[in-house]
Amino acid sequence: MRIGVLAVQGSFSLHARIINKLDIETVEVRRTSDLDNLNGIIIPGGESTTFQIILDASDLGSELRRELRAGLPAWGTCAGAIMLGHSEGNPPGWGLIDIEVFRNDYGRQVDSFVAPLRIKGFTEKFDGVFIRAPRFRNPGRGVEILAEYNGLPVMARQGNLLITSFHPELTSDLHVHRYFISELCTRLNKDHLKSA
Amino acid sequence: MKENILPKPEPGKDGFLLKVGLAEMLKGGVIMDVTNAEQAKIAEDAGAVAVMALERVPADIRKEGGVARMSSIQILEEIMRTVSIPVMAKIRIGHFVEAEVLQELGVDFIDESEVLTPADEANHVYKHDFRVPFVCGCTCLDEALRRIGEGAAMIRTKGEAGTGNVVEAVRHMRQVTSEIKKLPLMRKDELMAEAKRMGAPYEIVVQVSETGKLPVPNFAAGGIATPADAALMMKLGAETVFVGSGIFKSSDPENRARAIVHATTNYQDAAEVLNASRKLGEAMPGLEIAQIPEGELLQHRGW
Repeated sequence: MRIGVLAVQGSFSLHARIINKLDIETVEVRRTSDLDNLNGIIIPGGESTTFQIILDASDLGSELRRELRAGLPAWGTCAGAIMLGHSEGNPPGWGLIDIEVFRNDYGRQVDSFVAPLRIKGFTEKFDGVFIRAPRFRNPGRGVEILAEYNGLPVMARQGNLLITSFHPELTSDLHVHRYFISELCTRLNKDHLKSA
Repeated sequence: MKENILPKPEPGKDGFLLKVGLAEMLKGGVIMDVTNAEQAKIAEDAGAVAVMALERVPADIRKEGGVARMSSIQILEEIMRTVSIPVMAKIRIGHFVEAEVLQELGVDFIDESEVLTPADEANHVYKHDFRVPFVCGCTCLDEALRRIGEGAAMIRTKGEAGTGNVVEAVRHMRQVTSEIKKLPLMRKDELMAEAKRMGAPYEIVVQVSETGKLPVPNFAAGGIATPADAALMMKLGAETVFVGSGIFKSSDPENRARAIVHATTNYQDAAEVLNASRKLGEAMPGLEIAQIPEGELLQHRGW
Protein backbone atom coordinates (compact mmCIF):
# COMPACT_ATOMS: atom_id res chain seq x y z
CA MET A 1 0.00 0.00 0.00
CA ARG A 2 1.17 3.55 -0.84
CA ILE A 3 -0.45 6.64 0.65
CA GLY A 4 0.23 10.08 -0.79
CA VAL A 5 0.35 13.21 1.34
CA LEU A 6 -0.18 16.42 -0.57
CA ALA A 7 3.04 18.27 0.23
CA VAL A 8 2.51 21.75 -1.17
CA GLN A 9 2.34 23.28 2.32
CA GLY A 10 1.14 22.60 5.87
CA SER A 11 1.11 19.59 8.20
CA PHE A 12 2.06 17.00 5.56
CA SER A 13 5.10 15.66 7.41
CA LEU A 14 3.05 15.08 10.58
CA HIS A 15 0.56 12.99 8.58
CA ALA A 16 3.37 11.06 6.89
CA ARG A 17 4.93 10.36 10.30
CA ILE A 18 1.71 8.66 11.48
CA ILE A 19 1.14 6.68 8.27
CA ASN A 20 4.74 5.45 8.53
CA LYS A 21 4.02 4.33 12.10
CA LEU A 22 1.32 2.08 10.64
CA ASP A 23 4.09 0.50 8.51
CA ILE A 24 2.68 1.95 5.33
CA GLU A 25 4.74 3.66 2.63
CA THR A 26 4.10 7.37 2.10
CA VAL A 27 4.77 9.59 -0.91
CA GLU A 28 5.05 13.37 -0.68
CA VAL A 29 2.91 14.60 -3.56
CA ARG A 30 4.40 17.72 -5.16
CA ARG A 31 3.89 17.03 -8.89
CA THR A 32 1.46 15.04 -11.03
CA SER A 33 3.79 12.05 -11.42
CA ASP A 34 3.66 11.58 -7.63
CA LEU A 35 -0.04 10.67 -8.02
CA ASP A 36 0.84 7.43 -9.82
CA ASN A 37 -0.02 4.15 -8.06
CA LEU A 38 -1.46 5.65 -4.89
CA ASN A 39 -4.02 3.80 -2.77
CA GLY A 40 -5.13 6.98 -1.06
CA ILE A 41 -4.15 10.58 -0.47
CA ILE A 42 -4.25 12.93 2.51
CA ILE A 43 -4.80 16.66 1.99
CA PRO A 44 -3.33 18.09 5.19
CA GLY A 45 -3.94 21.14 7.32
CA GLY A 46 -2.42 24.40 6.21
CA GLU A 47 -3.79 27.45 4.44
CA SER A 48 -6.36 26.65 1.75
CA THR A 49 -5.70 29.87 -0.22
CA THR A 50 -2.05 28.82 -0.47
CA PHE A 51 -2.98 25.27 -1.52
CA GLN A 52 -5.22 26.55 -4.27
CA ILE A 53 -2.71 29.03 -5.68
CA ILE A 54 0.07 26.43 -5.74
CA LEU A 55 -2.15 23.67 -7.16
CA ASP A 56 -3.47 25.93 -9.89
CA ALA A 57 0.03 27.08 -10.87
CA SER A 58 0.56 23.65 -12.46
CA ASP A 59 -1.71 20.82 -13.58
CA LEU A 60 -1.39 19.13 -10.16
CA GLY A 61 -4.75 20.53 -9.00
CA SER A 62 -6.71 19.40 -12.05
CA GLU A 63 -5.03 15.96 -12.09
CA LEU A 64 -5.73 15.48 -8.40
CA ARG A 65 -9.42 16.37 -8.90
CA ARG A 66 -9.58 13.93 -11.82
CA GLU A 67 -8.15 11.15 -9.61
CA LEU A 68 -10.59 11.96 -6.80
CA ARG A 69 -13.55 11.85 -9.20
CA ALA A 70 -12.26 8.50 -10.47
CA GLY A 71 -12.48 7.17 -6.92
CA LEU A 72 -9.05 7.67 -5.29
CA PRO A 73 -9.69 7.58 -1.51
CA ALA A 74 -8.88 10.94 0.05
CA TRP A 75 -8.97 12.51 3.49
CA GLY A 76 -8.94 16.27 4.00
CA THR A 77 -8.07 17.72 7.43
CA CYS A 78 -9.07 21.35 8.07
CA ALA A 79 -7.72 23.17 4.97
CA GLY A 80 -7.97 19.83 3.13
CA ALA A 81 -11.67 19.66 4.03
CA ILE A 82 -12.14 23.19 2.65
CA MET A 83 -10.67 22.02 -0.67
CA LEU A 84 -12.95 18.94 -0.85
CA GLY A 85 -16.25 20.52 0.26
CA HIS A 86 -18.56 23.25 -0.98
CA SER A 87 -16.79 26.32 0.32
CA GLU A 88 -17.99 29.80 -0.53
CA GLY A 89 -15.57 32.60 -1.28
CA ASN A 90 -11.85 32.27 -1.31
CA PRO A 91 -10.99 29.49 -2.14
CA PRO A 92 -14.26 28.19 -3.56
CA GLY A 93 -13.64 24.48 -2.82
CA TRP A 94 -14.04 21.64 -5.29
CA GLY A 95 -17.50 20.53 -4.16
CA LEU A 96 -16.55 16.85 -4.32
CA ILE A 97 -18.19 16.03 -0.98
CA ASP A 98 -21.73 17.27 -0.53
CA ILE A 99 -21.36 19.46 2.55
CA GLU A 100 -20.86 23.19 3.10
CA VAL A 101 -17.54 24.18 4.67
CA PHE A 102 -17.03 27.63 6.23
CA ARG A 103 -13.41 28.64 6.67
CA ASN A 104 -12.21 29.79 10.15
CA ASP A 105 -15.83 29.63 11.30
CA TYR A 106 -14.90 28.41 14.80
CA GLY A 107 -12.95 31.66 15.16
CA ARG A 108 -9.41 32.95 15.18
CA GLN A 109 -6.39 31.35 16.88
CA VAL A 110 -7.38 32.55 20.38
CA ASP A 111 -10.60 30.51 19.92
CA SER A 112 -8.75 27.29 19.01
CA PHE A 113 -9.57 24.37 21.32
CA VAL A 114 -9.32 20.66 22.08
CA ALA A 115 -12.51 18.64 22.54
CA PRO A 116 -13.02 14.93 23.27
CA LEU A 117 -15.11 13.52 20.40
CA ARG A 118 -17.33 10.47 20.15
CA ILE A 119 -16.57 9.00 16.73
CA LYS A 120 -18.91 6.41 15.19
CA GLY A 121 -17.39 2.95 15.53
CA PHE A 122 -14.62 4.05 17.94
CA THR A 123 -14.69 2.53 21.42
CA GLU A 124 -12.82 5.42 23.05
CA LYS A 125 -13.15 9.16 22.76
CA PHE A 126 -10.75 10.93 20.42
CA ASP A 127 -9.14 14.27 21.33
CA GLY A 128 -10.04 16.59 18.45
CA VAL A 129 -7.58 19.48 18.05
CA PHE A 130 -9.39 22.38 16.37
CA ILE A 131 -7.17 25.20 15.08
CA ARG A 132 -8.86 28.15 13.36
CA ALA A 133 -11.18 25.36 12.33
CA PRO A 134 -13.73 25.32 9.51
CA ARG A 135 -17.39 24.59 10.34
CA PHE A 136 -19.36 21.98 8.38
CA ARG A 137 -23.06 22.60 7.70
CA ASN A 138 -25.93 21.24 5.63
CA PRO A 139 -24.63 17.79 4.69
CA GLY A 140 -26.34 16.22 1.67
CA ARG A 141 -28.21 12.92 1.92
CA GLY A 142 -25.27 10.84 0.75
CA VAL A 143 -23.00 12.14 3.50
CA GLU A 144 -22.44 10.01 6.60
CA ILE A 145 -21.74 12.02 9.75
CA LEU A 146 -19.08 10.26 11.83
CA ALA A 147 -18.67 12.78 14.64
CA GLU A 148 -20.33 15.92 15.89
CA TYR A 149 -19.35 18.77 18.16
CA ASN A 150 -22.07 20.98 19.65
CA GLY A 151 -24.60 19.48 17.27
CA LEU A 152 -22.64 20.17 14.07
CA PRO A 153 -20.64 17.65 12.04
CA VAL A 154 -16.85 17.68 12.47
CA MET A 155 -16.07 14.38 10.72
CA ALA A 156 -17.95 13.18 7.66
CA ARG A 157 -17.66 10.74 4.81
CA GLN A 158 -19.13 10.33 1.37
CA GLY A 159 -17.93 7.44 -0.77
CA ASN A 160 -14.18 7.73 -1.26
CA LEU A 161 -13.91 11.03 0.61
CA LEU A 162 -13.39 11.70 4.32
CA ILE A 163 -13.17 15.12 5.97
CA THR A 164 -12.33 16.25 9.51
CA SER A 165 -12.36 19.84 10.72
CA PHE A 166 -9.85 18.81 13.43
CA HIS A 167 -6.23 17.65 13.21
CA PRO A 168 -5.56 14.00 14.18
CA GLU A 169 -2.00 14.53 12.88
CA LEU A 170 -1.30 16.76 15.90
CA THR A 171 -1.85 13.89 18.35
CA SER A 172 -0.20 10.52 18.83
CA ASP A 173 -3.58 8.74 18.64
CA LEU A 174 -3.52 6.68 15.43
CA HIS A 175 -7.22 5.76 15.32
CA VAL A 176 -8.47 8.19 12.67
CA HIS A 177 -5.52 7.38 10.41
CA ARG A 178 -6.25 3.66 10.89
CA TYR A 179 -9.91 4.30 10.02
CA PHE A 180 -8.90 6.07 6.77
CA ILE A 181 -6.59 3.21 5.80
CA SER A 182 -8.97 0.35 6.62
CA GLU A 183 -12.36 1.83 5.74
CA LEU A 184 -11.41 3.84 2.67
CA CYS A 185 -8.01 2.89 1.23
CA THR A 186 -8.17 -0.89 1.71
CA ARG A 187 -11.87 -1.35 1.04
CA LEU A 188 -12.18 0.93 -1.96
CA ASN A 189 -8.85 0.12 -3.49
CA LYS A 190 -10.05 -2.56 -5.87
CA ASP A 191 -12.86 -0.42 -7.26
CA HIS A 192 -10.47 2.48 -7.84
CA LEU A 193 -7.95 0.34 -9.70
CA LYS A 194 -10.74 -1.00 -11.89
CA SER A 195 -11.96 2.45 -12.92
CA ALA A 196 -8.41 3.85 -13.38
CA MET B 1 16.73 8.90 18.66
CA LYS B 2 13.40 9.76 20.28
CA GLU B 3 10.64 11.23 18.20
CA ASN B 4 9.84 14.87 18.71
CA ILE B 5 6.51 14.48 20.46
CA LEU B 6 3.92 17.22 20.53
CA PRO B 7 2.39 17.96 23.91
CA LYS B 8 -0.43 15.56 24.83
CA PRO B 9 -3.90 17.03 24.41
CA GLU B 10 -5.56 17.79 27.75
CA PRO B 11 -8.91 19.45 27.17
CA GLY B 12 -8.96 22.80 28.93
CA LYS B 13 -5.17 22.82 29.45
CA ASP B 14 -3.76 22.50 25.99
CA GLY B 15 -2.47 25.97 25.31
CA PHE B 16 0.95 24.90 24.12
CA LEU B 17 -0.32 22.17 21.78
CA LEU B 18 -2.69 24.64 20.12
CA LYS B 19 0.09 27.20 19.77
CA VAL B 20 2.59 24.79 18.23
CA GLY B 21 -0.27 23.34 16.18
CA LEU B 22 -0.80 26.63 14.35
CA ALA B 23 2.95 26.93 13.77
CA GLU B 24 2.87 23.42 12.24
CA MET B 25 0.11 24.52 9.83
CA LEU B 26 2.32 27.34 8.55
CA LYS B 27 5.17 25.02 7.53
CA GLY B 28 6.42 25.07 3.97
CA GLY B 29 5.00 28.53 3.37
CA VAL B 30 5.94 32.20 3.20
CA ILE B 31 4.96 34.80 5.81
CA MET B 32 5.04 38.34 4.44
CA ASP B 33 5.53 41.69 6.21
CA VAL B 34 2.73 44.14 5.40
CA THR B 35 1.95 47.65 6.62
CA ASN B 36 -1.67 47.98 5.42
CA ALA B 37 -4.69 46.01 4.20
CA GLU B 38 -3.88 46.55 0.54
CA GLN B 39 -0.48 44.90 0.93
CA ALA B 40 -2.06 42.12 3.01
CA LYS B 41 -4.44 41.35 0.13
CA ILE B 42 -1.54 41.23 -2.33
CA ALA B 43 0.26 38.83 0.02
CA GLU B 44 -2.78 36.56 0.39
CA ASP B 45 -3.42 36.52 -3.36
CA ALA B 46 0.21 35.56 -3.93
CA GLY B 47 -0.16 32.52 -1.65
CA ALA B 48 1.28 33.76 1.66
CA VAL B 49 0.39 31.46 4.59
CA ALA B 50 0.19 34.45 6.95
CA VAL B 51 0.90 38.15 7.04
CA MET B 52 3.00 39.98 9.62
CA ALA B 53 1.63 43.44 10.35
CA LEU B 54 3.98 46.20 11.39
CA GLU B 55 4.11 49.98 11.38
CA ARG B 56 6.95 50.28 8.87
CA VAL B 57 8.93 47.59 7.06
CA PRO B 58 12.43 47.09 8.51
CA ALA B 59 14.13 48.86 5.58
CA ASP B 60 12.17 52.05 6.41
CA ILE B 61 12.75 51.72 10.15
CA ARG B 62 16.45 51.47 9.39
CA LYS B 63 16.34 54.54 7.13
CA GLU B 64 14.02 56.78 9.12
CA GLY B 65 15.07 55.86 12.65
CA GLY B 66 12.92 56.88 15.63
CA VAL B 67 11.10 54.52 17.97
CA ALA B 68 9.42 51.63 16.14
CA ARG B 69 6.32 50.32 17.95
CA MET B 70 3.42 47.92 17.55
CA SER B 71 1.27 48.63 14.47
CA SER B 72 -1.75 50.94 14.74
CA ILE B 73 -4.90 49.14 15.89
CA GLN B 74 -7.05 50.60 13.10
CA ILE B 75 -4.69 49.22 10.46
CA LEU B 76 -4.53 45.84 12.20
CA GLU B 77 -8.31 45.62 12.34
CA GLU B 78 -8.52 46.48 8.67
CA ILE B 79 -5.97 43.79 7.81
CA MET B 80 -7.84 41.22 9.94
CA ARG B 81 -11.08 42.06 8.12
CA THR B 82 -9.44 41.89 4.70
CA VAL B 83 -7.62 38.54 4.69
CA SER B 84 -8.63 35.01 5.71
CA ILE B 85 -5.09 33.81 6.47
CA PRO B 86 -3.59 34.21 9.97
CA VAL B 87 -2.57 37.73 10.94
CA MET B 88 0.60 38.11 12.97
CA ALA B 89 1.78 41.33 14.55
CA LYS B 90 5.01 42.54 16.10
CA ILE B 91 5.52 43.86 19.61
CA ARG B 92 8.59 45.41 21.17
CA ILE B 93 10.82 43.02 23.14
CA GLY B 94 9.54 42.85 26.74
CA HIS B 95 6.42 44.95 26.08
CA PHE B 96 3.88 42.57 27.59
CA VAL B 97 1.10 45.16 27.50
CA GLU B 98 1.40 45.52 23.72
CA ALA B 99 1.06 41.71 23.75
CA GLU B 100 -2.03 41.84 25.97
CA VAL B 101 -3.60 44.42 23.66
CA LEU B 102 -2.93 42.30 20.56
CA GLN B 103 -4.28 39.17 22.26
CA GLU B 104 -7.42 41.10 23.18
CA LEU B 105 -7.73 42.23 19.55
CA GLY B 106 -7.46 38.60 18.45
CA VAL B 107 -4.32 38.54 16.29
CA ASP B 108 -3.27 34.97 15.55
CA PHE B 109 0.45 35.13 16.40
CA ILE B 110 2.70 37.68 18.09
CA ASP B 111 6.30 38.31 17.05
CA GLU B 112 8.34 39.66 19.98
CA SER B 113 10.70 41.30 17.58
CA GLU B 114 14.13 42.89 17.58
CA VAL B 115 13.01 44.88 14.53
CA LEU B 116 11.01 47.18 16.83
CA THR B 117 12.69 49.31 19.49
CA PRO B 118 13.05 47.19 22.66
CA ALA B 119 10.87 48.18 25.62
CA ASP B 120 12.88 46.15 28.15
CA GLU B 121 16.61 45.56 27.86
CA ALA B 122 16.70 42.83 30.53
CA ASN B 123 13.52 40.76 30.18
CA HIS B 124 11.52 39.20 27.42
CA VAL B 125 7.76 38.60 27.75
CA TYR B 126 6.72 35.52 29.79
CA LYS B 127 4.85 33.94 26.93
CA HIS B 128 3.34 30.92 28.73
CA ASP B 129 0.84 33.31 30.33
CA PHE B 130 -0.77 34.07 26.96
CA ARG B 131 -3.33 32.16 24.91
CA VAL B 132 -1.96 33.65 21.70
CA PRO B 133 1.21 31.97 20.37
CA PHE B 134 4.53 33.83 20.09
CA VAL B 135 7.43 33.66 17.66
CA CYS B 136 10.84 34.99 18.71
CA GLY B 137 14.10 35.58 16.89
CA CYS B 138 17.43 33.96 17.68
CA THR B 139 21.01 34.05 16.48
CA CYS B 140 22.11 30.79 18.12
CA LEU B 141 20.72 27.72 19.89
CA ASP B 142 20.99 28.96 23.46
CA GLU B 143 18.97 32.06 22.60
CA ALA B 144 16.33 29.86 20.90
CA LEU B 145 16.07 27.62 23.97
CA ARG B 146 15.70 30.58 26.34
CA ARG B 147 12.80 31.87 24.25
CA ILE B 148 11.20 28.41 24.17
CA GLY B 149 11.66 28.26 27.94
CA GLU B 150 9.63 31.48 28.18
CA GLY B 151 6.93 29.92 26.02
CA ALA B 152 7.69 30.75 22.37
CA ALA B 153 5.81 28.35 20.06
CA MET B 154 7.95 29.12 17.03
CA ILE B 155 11.54 30.22 16.56
CA ARG B 156 12.97 32.17 13.65
CA THR B 157 16.45 33.29 12.83
CA LYS B 158 16.96 37.01 13.31
CA GLY B 159 19.13 37.54 10.28
CA GLU B 160 19.61 41.26 9.74
CA ALA B 161 16.21 42.70 8.87
CA GLY B 162 15.77 45.44 6.29
CA THR B 163 19.07 44.84 4.52
CA GLY B 164 18.04 42.57 1.63
CA ASN B 165 21.25 40.72 2.57
CA VAL B 166 20.74 37.06 3.44
CA VAL B 167 24.18 36.50 4.97
CA GLU B 168 23.12 36.91 8.61
CA ALA B 169 20.08 34.64 8.24
CA VAL B 170 22.40 32.01 6.79
CA ARG B 171 24.87 32.47 9.64
CA HIS B 172 22.16 32.13 12.29
CA MET B 173 20.48 29.12 10.67
CA ARG B 174 23.80 27.30 10.27
CA GLN B 175 24.71 28.17 13.84
CA VAL B 176 21.44 26.81 15.26
CA THR B 177 21.43 23.62 13.17
CA SER B 178 25.09 22.79 13.85
CA GLU B 179 24.59 23.30 17.60
CA ILE B 180 21.48 21.08 17.52
CA LYS B 181 23.53 18.30 15.87
CA LYS B 182 26.07 18.34 18.71
CA LEU B 183 23.65 17.80 21.61
CA PRO B 184 22.61 14.20 20.77
CA LEU B 185 26.31 13.23 20.74
CA MET B 186 26.74 14.21 24.37
CA ARG B 187 26.45 11.85 27.31
CA LYS B 188 23.60 12.49 29.75
CA ASP B 189 26.05 13.52 32.45
CA GLU B 190 27.40 16.30 30.21
CA LEU B 191 24.06 17.97 29.59
CA MET B 192 23.77 19.90 32.85
CA ALA B 193 27.19 21.46 32.30
CA GLU B 194 26.21 22.20 28.70
CA ALA B 195 22.96 23.85 29.83
CA LYS B 196 24.98 25.94 32.29
CA ARG B 197 27.49 26.92 29.62
CA MET B 198 24.69 27.81 27.20
CA GLY B 199 22.59 29.60 29.79
CA ALA B 200 19.63 27.60 28.50
CA PRO B 201 16.89 25.71 30.39
CA TYR B 202 18.16 22.22 31.28
CA GLU B 203 14.90 20.37 30.46
CA ILE B 204 14.84 21.78 26.95
CA VAL B 205 18.54 21.02 26.42
CA VAL B 206 17.76 17.40 27.38
CA GLN B 207 14.78 17.34 25.01
CA VAL B 208 16.88 18.57 22.07
CA SER B 209 19.60 16.02 22.89
CA GLU B 210 16.99 13.23 22.79
CA THR B 211 15.17 14.28 19.62
CA GLY B 212 17.87 16.08 17.62
CA LYS B 213 15.35 18.83 16.91
CA LEU B 214 13.93 21.99 18.39
CA PRO B 215 10.65 21.26 20.20
CA VAL B 216 8.92 23.96 18.09
CA PRO B 217 9.06 24.79 14.36
CA ASN B 218 12.14 26.64 13.19
CA PHE B 219 11.61 29.33 10.54
CA ALA B 220 13.97 31.79 8.82
CA ALA B 221 13.84 35.59 8.66
CA GLY B 222 16.01 38.62 8.09
CA GLY B 223 17.32 39.69 4.69
CA ILE B 224 15.49 37.29 2.35
CA ALA B 225 14.91 39.19 -0.93
CA THR B 226 14.82 36.72 -3.84
CA PRO B 227 13.27 33.34 -4.67
CA ALA B 228 16.76 31.83 -4.50
CA ASP B 229 17.28 33.31 -1.02
CA ALA B 230 14.05 31.67 0.15
CA ALA B 231 15.02 28.29 -1.35
CA LEU B 232 18.49 28.59 0.21
CA MET B 233 17.02 29.05 3.69
CA MET B 234 14.69 26.07 3.18
CA LYS B 235 17.65 23.93 2.09
CA LEU B 236 19.55 24.98 5.20
CA GLY B 237 16.74 23.66 7.37
CA ALA B 238 14.17 26.45 7.68
CA GLU B 239 10.62 25.09 7.78
CA THR B 240 9.06 28.34 6.49
CA VAL B 241 10.43 31.76 5.53
CA PHE B 242 9.49 35.25 6.61
CA VAL B 243 10.00 37.93 3.96
CA GLY B 244 10.07 41.46 5.30
CA SER B 245 11.12 44.39 3.18
CA GLY B 246 12.06 42.07 0.30
CA ILE B 247 8.60 42.13 -1.28
CA PHE B 248 7.18 45.61 -0.85
CA LYS B 249 10.55 47.32 -1.37
CA SER B 250 11.00 45.60 -4.75
CA SER B 251 9.84 47.08 -8.06
CA ASP B 252 7.04 44.52 -8.63
CA PRO B 253 5.66 43.22 -5.30
CA GLU B 254 2.85 41.05 -6.81
CA ASN B 255 5.19 39.05 -9.00
CA ARG B 256 7.98 38.86 -6.45
CA ALA B 257 5.59 37.64 -3.76
CA ARG B 258 4.28 34.87 -6.04
CA ALA B 259 7.80 33.95 -7.12
CA ILE B 260 9.04 33.62 -3.55
CA VAL B 261 6.05 31.41 -2.67
CA HIS B 262 6.73 29.24 -5.72
CA ALA B 263 10.42 28.88 -4.90
CA THR B 264 9.70 28.05 -1.25
CA THR B 265 7.25 25.27 -2.17
CA ASN B 266 9.59 23.86 -4.79
CA TYR B 267 12.90 24.53 -3.06
CA GLN B 268 14.16 21.03 -3.81
CA ASP B 269 13.73 21.53 -7.57
CA ALA B 270 16.26 23.92 -9.15
CA ALA B 271 14.27 24.09 -12.41
CA GLU B 272 11.28 25.46 -10.50
CA VAL B 273 13.42 27.94 -8.57
CA LEU B 274 14.77 29.04 -11.98
CA ASN B 275 11.20 29.50 -13.27
CA ALA B 276 10.35 31.53 -10.20
CA SER B 277 13.40 33.72 -10.75
CA ARG B 278 12.41 34.92 -14.25
CA LYS B 279 10.93 38.35 -15.08
CA LEU B 280 11.03 39.69 -11.57
CA GLY B 281 12.09 43.31 -11.98
CA GLU B 282 14.46 44.88 -9.50
CA ALA B 283 15.05 43.33 -6.09
CA MET B 284 15.20 45.70 -3.14
CA PRO B 285 18.53 47.48 -2.89
CA GLY B 286 20.84 45.55 -0.57
CA LEU B 287 23.01 46.70 2.31
CA GLU B 288 26.49 45.44 3.12
CA ILE B 289 26.43 44.34 6.78
CA ALA B 290 29.98 45.65 7.42
CA GLN B 291 28.84 49.17 6.49
CA ILE B 292 26.16 49.22 9.18
CA PRO B 293 27.49 50.78 12.41
CA GLU B 294 27.63 48.16 15.18
CA GLY B 295 25.06 50.05 17.28
CA GLU B 296 22.51 49.91 14.46
CA LEU B 297 22.53 46.12 14.05
CA LEU B 298 19.07 44.82 14.97
CA GLN B 299 20.25 41.26 15.68
CA HIS B 300 21.96 42.36 18.90
CA ARG B 301 18.66 43.42 20.41
CA GLY B 302 17.37 40.77 22.83
CA TRP B 303 19.66 38.05 24.19
